[in-house]
Amino acid sequence: MRAMVYRGPYKIRVEDKDVPAIEHPGDAIVRVQLAAICGSDLHLYHGMMPDTRVGTTFGHEFVGVVDQVGSGVRNVAPGDRVMVPFNVFCGTCWFCARGLYSNCHNVNPNATAVGGIYGYSHTCGGYDGGQAQYVRVPFADVGPTVIPGWMDDEDALMLTDALPTGYFGAQLGDIVEGDVVIVFGAGPVGLYAARSAWLMGAGRVIVIDHLEYRLEKARTFAHAEAYNFAEYDDIVVHLKKLTDHLGADVAIDAAGAEADGNFLQHVTSAKLKLQGGSPVALNWAIDAVRKGGTVSVVGAYGPMFSAVKFGDALNKGLTLRMNQCPVKRQWPRLFEHLRSGYFRPADIVTHRIPLEHIAEGYHMFSAKLDRCIKPIVVAGA
Amino acid sequence: MTYTAERPPLTETSDQLRARIPGWGADLDPRDRPSVPKLRWQDDRTGAHWEFPERQPELRPRERSIEHKFLTPVFGTPCPPRGLSGALRRVSYRRFSEARAAHWLILLAADRVDAWEHHARSLLSTRPDNPITQTGLRSEFTRHGFASRFGSTRADVKHQWLDPVVVGGPWVLTGIAGVAVTRRVLRRARR
Repeated sequence: MRAMVYRGPYKIRVEDKDVPAIEHPGDAIVRVQLAAICGSDLHLYHGMMPDTRVGTTFGHEFVGVVDQVGSGVRNVAPGDRVMVPFNVFCGTCWFCARGLYSNCHNVNPNATAVGGIYGYSHTCGGYDGGQAQYVRVPFADVGPTVIPGWMDDEDALMLTDALPTGYFGAQLGDIVEGDVVIVFGAGPVGLYAARSAWLMGAGRVIVIDHLEYRLEKARTFAHAEAYNFAEYDDIVVHLKKLTDHLGADVAIDAAGAEADGNFLQHVTSAKLKLQGGSPVALNWAIDAVRKGGTVSVVGAYGPMFSAVKFGDALNKGLTLRMNQCPVKRQWPRLFEHLRSGYFRPADIVTHRIPLEHIAEGYHMFSAKLDRCIKPIVVAGA
Repeated sequence: MTYTAERPPLTETSDQLRARIPGWGADLDPRDRPSVPKLRWQDDRTGAHWEFPERQPELRPRERSIEHKFLTPVFGTPCPPRGLSGALRRVSYRRFSEARAAHWLILLAADRVDAWEHHARSLLSTRPDNPITQTGLRSEFTRHGFASRFGSTRADVKHQWLDPVVVGGPWVLTGIAGVAVTRRVLRRARR
């Protein structure tokens, strides 16, 4: 089969690999139709995530058709069109039994601090991902769901990570009616988080980024006020002025490990790998939220230490909430929202790239060329 | 007004927002939010029909965090550790817990060694690494590289010049080292 393969920081290529085999009775092999490149894939691409091995295939957002199933699989069958959550999870460990599928304890031997994620380094279990023609899907009775007939494939693809993560980020904010919500980062997760904040009754939603075309999307797709931090000497002061110097009730960090806005923070993390991530957006969130407010973190960070302003968080009496999203827990409610026509997830997709051209897709997404917001990979093209 | 007890007023009422934004307030009640509360007992186990999963065969020794009691019943098998990078990874997993910075720093160092090992190996293969195609540089010309960057307030332009250094630096250093070694060998041969 053809598969995207990591060759070292900033370098990938497409090569022939063996079609994955059934390795456990609960496995399925899925023939990938569409995969997406996630902003967090860029952390791998840039060499920031420890134990990202040359030869790994990335891709934790994918939909496809079940090709084979193991002897113990009951709930899906060959030929089923399925959407697969980015979490690899067992369904029965202490964490899964309580709904924390992203924290499953039975799927990642390499680390206890993170669950299993497709194509996201050995630190996340060492599974190959879906930017390939085929992918192994463990616990096929638990993770994948047959795509409803009424759902578009690209919408289903957005439901495998980006949309549930944004929706989850808004939930972590514990938003009550009339709350002022600031979202840092107007990438896919930030756009969905901003859109979701309205579902929860926000009174005002403000999005911060430095890419004008993404801010424009925040205004049109997410109905948010949008500001370019690069146009202000100090974005936190601007946000304080916007909120009558109270600060926001809720701030959501949807930027994560490669946040821009502070040269030193960015270079020490994204380029020199001396931090688990550049906590610029997180520190702005801590500073821009009001005392007693809530900071929600759904932007991805690596396992190493980062220079976070915990003193301010303590002194302001903040509630910090965060996790990788337990995707499947979000689906029933999100399916209802989609059926109600509140929004169309695939509206943020900007590029569709054949698998053979994926190296160019990664560079375009990484360098933010061509007004790229969400690139998807057509595996069968 | 923030310096008194009143909350600063919003410019739109809830009714106005409900009329303007599709779905506004659909999840106003926390009971409609799927991840509230954080820990919620899942009766359906999302389709699982086991108490503890059957174990995947361990066909070759699989590295694991020493914070785990045992090898997890399911795990990924691609790219097993090999070479110097593999030795570093094994040391990191065997010796240091996730709580230790050494664990992660050794893994990061192993990643760099892994890349060098593979680049070197590729030079001896029929398909050597190609830094031009593998970095996707063509998209600079097909995806408006210049127009996307300049004439805007993009903050990342300030550090993007470092990317070629990160990518090309090791190649340049390797080339310089290769030339130096070759010259020294030739000099010795002439003596």
